[in-house]
Amino acid sequence: MTAIPQADRKNWKEALDAHVREMVAWHFSPETGSPFWLDFASKLDWDPRREVKTYEDLDRFGSFEDEWLRGGPVRRWVPKGMADQPVYVFETGGSTGIPKSRISIEDFRIDYEHFSGTLPDEYFPKGADWLMLGPSGPRRLRLAVEHLAQHRGGISFCVDLDPRWVIKLIKMGEMQMMEKYKAHVIDQALTILRAHDSVKCIFATPKLLEALCEKISLKKAGITGVFCGGTEMTPQFHRFAREELMEGAYFAPTYGNTLMGLATHKPFDPADNYAIIYYPPMPRAILEVVDPDNPTRIVDYGETGRVRLTTLTREFFMPRFLERDEAERERPCETYPWDGVRNVRPFSRFATSVVEGVY
Amino acid sequence: MLHIPIVRKGESYRSVDVARVPHFRTRETFVEISQANAGLIRRDLLDQETGRRALEAFTTDQLIAMSREAAGYFMTATLPVGDEMQSPEDYVAQLSATTGMPHVLVRKNMNKISGVMAEMASVLAGLTRGLDTAILDRGYGTHDGHAVSFYPRTSSLGVILPSNSPGVHSLWIPSIAMKIPLVLKPGSAEPWSPYRIAQALIKAGVPAEAFSYYPTDHGGSGAILQNCGRGMFFGDSASVGKYANDSRIELHGTGYSKVVIGEDLIDDWEKYLDVLVASITENGGRSCINASGVWVPRHGREIAAALAKRFTEIVPRDVTDEQALLAPFANPEIAKRISAIVDSGLREGGATDVSGELRGSRVVTLNDATYLLPTVVHCESPDHPLANREFLFPFASVVEVDQRELPERLGPTLVVTALTEDPRLIEKLIASPLVDRLNIGPIPTMKIAWDQPHEGNLFEHLYARRAFQRVAQAGA
Repeated sequence: MTAIPQADRKNWKEALDAHVREMVAWHFSPETGSPFWLDFASKLDWDPRREVKTYEDLDRFGSFEDEWLRGGPVRRWVPKGMADQPVYVFETGGSTGIPKSRISIEDFRIDYEHFSGTLPDEYFPKGADWLMLGPSGPRRLRLAVEHLAQHRGGISFCVDLDPRWVIKLIKMGEMQMMEKYKAHVIDQALTILRAHDSVKCIFATPKLLEALCEKISLKKAGITGVFCGGTEMTPQFHRFAREELMEGAYFAPTYGNTLMGLATHKPFDPADNYAIIYYPPMPRAILEVVDPDNPTRIVDYGETGRVRLTTLTREFFMPRFLERDEAERERPCETYPWDGVRNVRPFSRFATSVVEGVY
Repeated sequence: MLHIPIVRKGESYRSVDVARVPHFRTRETFVEISQANAGLIRRDLLDQETGRRALEAFTTDQLIAMSREAAGYFMTATLPVGDEMQSPEDYVAQLSATTGMPHVLVRKNMNKISGVMAEMASVLAGLTRGLDTAILDRGYGTHDGHAVSFYPRTSSLGVILPSNSPGVHSLWIPSIAMKIPLVLKPGSAEPWSPYRIAQALIKAGVPAEAFSYYPTDHGGSGAILQNCGRGMFFGDSASVGKYANDSRIELHGTGYSKVVIGEDLIDDWEKYLDVLVASITENGGRSCINASGVWVPRHGREIAAALAKRFTEIVPRDVTDEQALLAPFANPEIAKRISAIVDSGLREGGATDVSGELRGSRVVTLNDATYLLPTVVHCESPDHPLANREFLFPFASVVEVDQRELPERLGPTLVVTALTEDPRLIEKLIASPLVDRLNIGPIPTMKIAWDQPHEGNLFEHLYARRAFQRVAQAGA
């Protein structure tokens, strides 16, 4: 299944349960499943294919450990049913130690094609070119934004940005060098914007968006749509971006990562007081807010908890993964009749060890 | 709920993000403070000329007069604080509520701040070595028969402020009379003083565009220091250390201030007990100019015992008590942690908590407020881990040291009060780069002459002198 069509969204839970059964059947079938999950299942005293009927039944797998994604062999994650297809590997983290890796075949394209449907053509014109002002290297984001541009009929211009080097500079206390590196990245962006007036749309991380807007007016540069994500966004940043940086351009904040895909924002509503509210791409990924001390308990609406992610695609099966983020649980809305998350930010119990850098 | 906004070149701005600062006793939110995101600060600082031009419209003498007038407003006027009004009594009570500082100490600090504003002419004369203010306005002139010319090194002064004591605000106020706009980041628990000082100056006629006020996090502080041409940074040694190699920023870290008694006067130590007590305990022991060490060639144990006895007279009192000398900790956990650090040092051996023998537990509570009682430790050697420590309460180590090892063994010291008439020791102290402020004679470390520079000369920080020659104009 891809996205749930708008007309069917009232019945999203039935669709989700059906999707769960389909994904479990795929990932635990000896013909199509990945070596990791087949091995996992061989050590269980129950058969996932027979006993997992609903989304809630995924609790039986326990929490997905992020250590499982560090190191190789990375091919253990490739489902046998897709083994003959070209495989990408994307990394997350890795400024020190071994990064987490996720294989990908088509997911990044599918996720961003769905997301493309949420972007208004008026501000993200079909055929317009894009600037990808975010991390390069072994990141999913660069290829994903490039595909988004291509899917919409445009071309994506990219910059070189190594976020791991930025984090090292910060840890070394080399703040001035970090500023110089940021300036180097922004210089690349300015060069692209000056040379190619076909660029109308930007992807940028919050800090790089601010830095870019310190150098140019988006309006004068002809930018009409900004897709922003990659790191934490506070409500105050959201307001600042809308009021002082956009100059009429559309602002699309997103929450995404290599393991999930992309959660879209609830359309701007002044009543939300600039809270940033995201809804997961049901049924491919589900975001929940759980009690950090009892991660099987979903907190009440409005209550703060740790973000828990479940990813259910044909390429990647990841039940009950505890993110390094916290948020408030958000009620469903008309467009997205399932739970969302409000004001995602680094998990406060880890706060001292998180270094976000320029990206 | 009282709310303090961000101020962007004189314009109030209410942020979506607020910090909630609790009352030190009830721990309930007492004030909400708008928090600026770093990008907003950086964007504002793209234009630093507006404030500068607004100040340049006045002469230095006019700004000095406004400062003098503002001194009165600061002490007596009802001034805005966010959307509400604040009387002087409100200011005292509010500052005390979030920091725990006794009202009597807040009032003393108010006097200190207003004193600098009232005496701005002599403060400026001290910092510029008596420069004619017309030279500052014109940029050049003749001083003591020599051609001089000065130019500003910056279009704004960014200041990262602490919460420990309002007296430090005296240090940045002269920037306005020097026509350099201010970009202030208040301490998280002490938003009150910089806001009130700015309001007093604005009421006296200083253009509001000359003031920006950004309550913010570490990232925002970094944005201020990175983007203002000159900065001042008050913080602990670890925080300010990151900027040790940045000459644009004047650092105000831990003071490690000390009283040194020479061989020649040590046998008369009892005569100086009042100077020692005042240096250690005034202002609740919270200032960088409070002594945290008494360095002597001998009689260390007796001096420590005498200080400990005097310290027993200093007990926790309600913040409204006119006799109150101790400030409670807004966060009780910090008091416990500090006490644990002292205990950990004592366990190393070679040091004794002399106060402990007289007063029992160091951490006490009164009316739900947590205090650290004054503490004197005797250290047998300057190498002891507690010999050169400073804490946020009246704490001092009495350290026995061979006078021949002074001043090198003192380490960097903000204030030295030297009780000696030995010319050789005095010469060595005068010549030492380790000593920032030097008092010779029985002057408490806390006694400040405001026409003297403090950890650098603000005028020299903000202005540079250029070589200047000019051919006389025809007819001149």
